[in-house]
Amino acid sequence: MAESSDRTFWEYLAYVSEHHSPFDFVLVADHIDKFLYGTLLTLEITFISLLIGGVLSIPLAIARAYKHPIFNGPIWSYTYFFRGSPLLVQVYLVYYGLAQFDFVRESFLWDPILSKAWWCALITFSLNTSAYTAEFLRGAIENTPRGEIEAGRACGMSRFTLMWRIVLPSTFRRALPAYSNEVIFMLHSSVVLSTITLQDILGVGRWLNGRYYLAYEGFVTAMVFYMILVFVISRGFRIWEKHWLAHLRPREIQSA
Amino acid sequence: MELIWEYRFLLLTGTAVTIQLAIGSLLLSVVLGLIGASAKLANNPVSQRIAAGYTTLVRGVPDLVLMMLLFYGGQQIVNDLGDATGLWDYVEINQLTAGIASIGFVFGAYMTETFRGAILAIPRGQIEAGISCGMMPFTIFYRITWPQMVRHALPSFTNNWLVLVKATALVSVIGLHDLVWNASTAGRSVREPFTFMFAVLIIYLILTAISDVGLRWLDRRYSVGVRRT
Repeated sequence: MAESSDRTFWEYLAYVSEHHSPFDFVLVADHIDKFLYGTLLTLEITFISLLIGGVLSIPLAIARAYKHPIFNGPIWSYTYFFRGSPLLVQVYLVYYGLAQFDFVRESFLWDPILSKAWWCALITFSLNTSAYTAEFLRGAIENTPRGEIEAGRACGMSRFTLMWRIVLPSTFRRALPAYSNEVIFMLHSSVVLSTITLQDILGVGRWLNGRYYLAYEGFVTAMVFYMILVFVISRGFRIWEKHWLAHLRPREIQSA
Repeated sequence: MELIWEYRFLLLTGTAVTIQLAIGSLLLSVVLGLIGASAKLANNPVSQRIAAGYTTLVRGVPDLVLMMLLFYGGQQIVNDLGDATGLWDYVEINQLTAGIASIGFVFGAYMTETFRGAILAIPRGQIEAGISCGMMPFTIFYRITWPQMVRHALPSFTNNWLVLVKATALVSVIGLHDLVWNASTAGRSVREPFTFMFAVLIIYLILTAISDVGLRWLDRRYSVGVRRT
């Protein structure tokens, strides 16, 4: 087979890859653009929902940490609800479940937003991550050293200034390691996208396997893509932590 | 509400499958975690490397990807191997096995970290004291390491278990007839998906609440005689 001279090198490679290698590399390489689009979708939804969820979680965390008489209870139930049930079920509830109600289907939000998988995923992911983030931010706020707050008061800061200039900056610093876990956790959870018809990394892998009747090529490729993303994200956080938590590192010994 | 009552047996059998899956994967993950932790703490560069690779792999790959790889790809590989060696006939990996294996594998890595930290928290002198009393390695593990390790590991173990329970929902994607699968099928057939999914959500919340109570009881039991500040 291989000696037919009119065959190009690429065709030969494709032949070997398909028939003699346990893993069809050329087929995956041919569809790498799909995987890159999938990566884009995964990152898009993960990071937009992290952004929305992060912004949303700050007031929730403050209200919880200072035990606001009205909001503390409802926010507690909100975080318990979202942290106590699987994200998959929440996404199903919004994407498949909401269509059950006539008033939802007839509302002006149905056509542009609530009938679209992308928007449903984004909404659910944002609410989910904001519940988790609010809970550990609350812990970080409660751990603010007493002296820092007293110092702020002694300088005559108003409650808002105190929050903005003293409590929140030191809270974010303390929460940063936990937040890197949350980001990676969200990336892992984003595989749920492939169950509601979206073509994220795993979605593309499943599509490839289904189309060419393969057993593992698509999943292995997806696995490699996820590993690279996690590696890059945790590297980024380590650099970030080095910058923002520099004052907490033990001082390096100066060699004279 | 009446619909849920009508389909209660479907939901209950689904819940039973989910619990079975969760407990099966928990047992596997504890075994893998103990092996992983002892591999990481052993004075052997090879075992340390393997255990580190294991935890890095799991941190890098989502559980659903591993699950699908195992369910679809694992079957192919097992059968190809059987064909090539002639040692076994066609083997079929069912969804429950694939689910337990993959969730157990994933949480085994988290348990590795949990147990490693817990063992490191035990003062070295106590183990040396055990050795000097002439205890066998197993006796040291059983009488000194284990009881204290459980105490140190419990908070993180509780956390892992709660995440694990929620991870079981994903097995419905590969077709296991668990709670989520049963409920979404029933919901689609009676055109009330929201009602059924909401019931699933409540059942998961109940499971979480029950395990919270149980683990708190365990925490009290293993912390007898510890002063809490």
